[in-house]
Amino acid sequence: MNVHLLAIDWFFVIEKILLISAVLAVSLVIAMYSTWGERKVAAWIQDRRGPNRAGPFGLLQPLADGGKLFFKEEIIPATANKFLFVLGPSMAMLTACLTSAVIPWGDVLNIGGKDISLQIADVNIGVLWIMAVVGMGVYGIMIGGWASNNKFSLMAACRGASQVISYELPMGLSLIALFMLSGSLSLKDIVEQQREGLWYVVLQPIGFLIFLICAFAECNRTPFDLPEAENELNGGYHLEYSSMKLGFYLFAEYINMFISSALMATLYFGGYSFPYMDSLGLSPNLVTILGICALFLKTFAFIFFFMWVRWTLPRFRYDQLMKLGWKVLIPLALLNMLITGAVVLYRQG
Amino acid sequence: MQTLTNRAQQVDRRPMTFWEKLYLPAIAKGMGITLSHIFSKKATVNYPEETRPFSPVFRGLHVLNRDEEGRERCTACGLCAVACPAEAITMEAAERKEGEEHLYREEKYAARYEINMLRCIFCGFCEEACPKQAIYMTETFAPANYQRKGFIYGKDDLLIPDPKHPVTVNKKEQ
Repeated sequence: MNVHLLAIDWFFVIEKILLISAVLAVSLVIAMYSTWGERKVAAWIQDRRGPNRAGPFGLLQPLADGGKLFFKEEIIPATANKFLFVLGPSMAMLTACLTSAVIPWGDVLNIGGKDISLQIADVNIGVLWIMAVVGMGVYGIMIGGWASNNKFSLMAACRGASQVISYELPMGLSLIALFMLSGSLSLKDIVEQQREGLWYVVLQPIGFLIFLICAFAECNRTPFDLPEAENELNGGYHLEYSSMKLGFYLFAEYINMFISSALMATLYFGGYSFPYMDSLGLSPNLVTILGICALFLKTFAFIFFFMWVRWTLPRFRYDQLMKLGWKVLIPLALLNMLITGAVVLYRQG
Repeated sequence: MQTLTNRAQQVDRRPMTFWEKLYLPAIAKGMGITLSHIFSKKATVNYPEETRPFSPVFRGLHVLNRDEEGRERCTACGLCAVACPAEAITMEAAERKEGEEHLYREEKYAARYEINMLRCIFCGFCEEACPKQAIYMTETFAPANYQRKGFIYGKDDLLIPDPKHPVTVNKKEQ
């Protein structure tokens, strides 16, 4: 074995640590301001004004909310399993933050003659990683609901588990159709292909629709927010939670929303690429920065869409949810996969 | 079937067509409606800075009026208390002494005049009953208070400031 393979590339380590901190900070800040955005959008849709007292336009509202949550009394029910009770929200937060590792936030930045990729880990199974982490995300809900030792929490946890499992299948199937076209599981490759060619939403409209619906279900957002159904289950799996542990659950939901928005933008809407980005004649670094802006613009559009849907559609009934998942989305995703496969085969000759 | 009014409408119970079963057109329509509401005029106002205008006939908190020389108009006749359907008004009369002519318009005046704002239904009958045009209703409403006794408004709360002898009125905290 060569000696230089064992030597630690300190520049590489520092670069990645900086990148990880930046991505983590950005996703936390965006999640924070999503709560503000959510309340604003809700207010506007209901002909109200929304938070506007704390700071200009109510921009300090998330800080006030966070501060309030920190100072709330910590309550752990006497019959709860203490270890699992704390593990639940930690797990939800951890899995929410893990997903951002494989999303390419931008192209390559050239600083001092060194190319820095704005992706934490360009693994060749990027999408698989995301599916795996999202699948793990349901443990946060399940553990929290079970550890609370409360029948409503448990019911919500069961709902959450079966919902996430049901909707992961069509999600995976719609992605398979996408991979037939891309031929790669690496998110970076998928973006680079869309940079030169068409956005995959044009080639995979049904696949995108299925993915979108499943993303709503995976994030437990209305109309699929059965695990937290306020009026049936008193808040569902986080019924017994207070203080920042509740905050973690709520925060994890918003981070998930941000990540799945970024993922949809990356997979189907060209990620950090934007039309005519290579024919502008600008310096590569500037194009990269514009690309980051483009990705965030697309992401914010999706976050707005998430909120817009939440304040438009009522919640599904549980049997309707299961019927939609198993009887509509899975057959549709399979059909989409078959047609895509046939077209790909036909075009290969 | 015989209907009671001509407004009754038969519910459409036909099975849904394929287009309707897709739900997506209906969802898009609903999203369009909510989107249009984002840009519509807001139904609420920024309350403490902005208030809604009251109608000219709005009946709010009472004031006890003075005449053009700054004397109290109320003569403690008790007609307002009689007219009050909620029995919110009580008063005690007193006789005007020598040398108090600049304070009270008539020979009799109200030494104590109280309105319980928790009982008051703001009907305005007191205003109608008053023969001396002494009690009027304004366009403000009773502010919140931590205690019930804070809602019993005495003469120092009700009487308008004397235009002839202005003094700074310190409303005592109940």
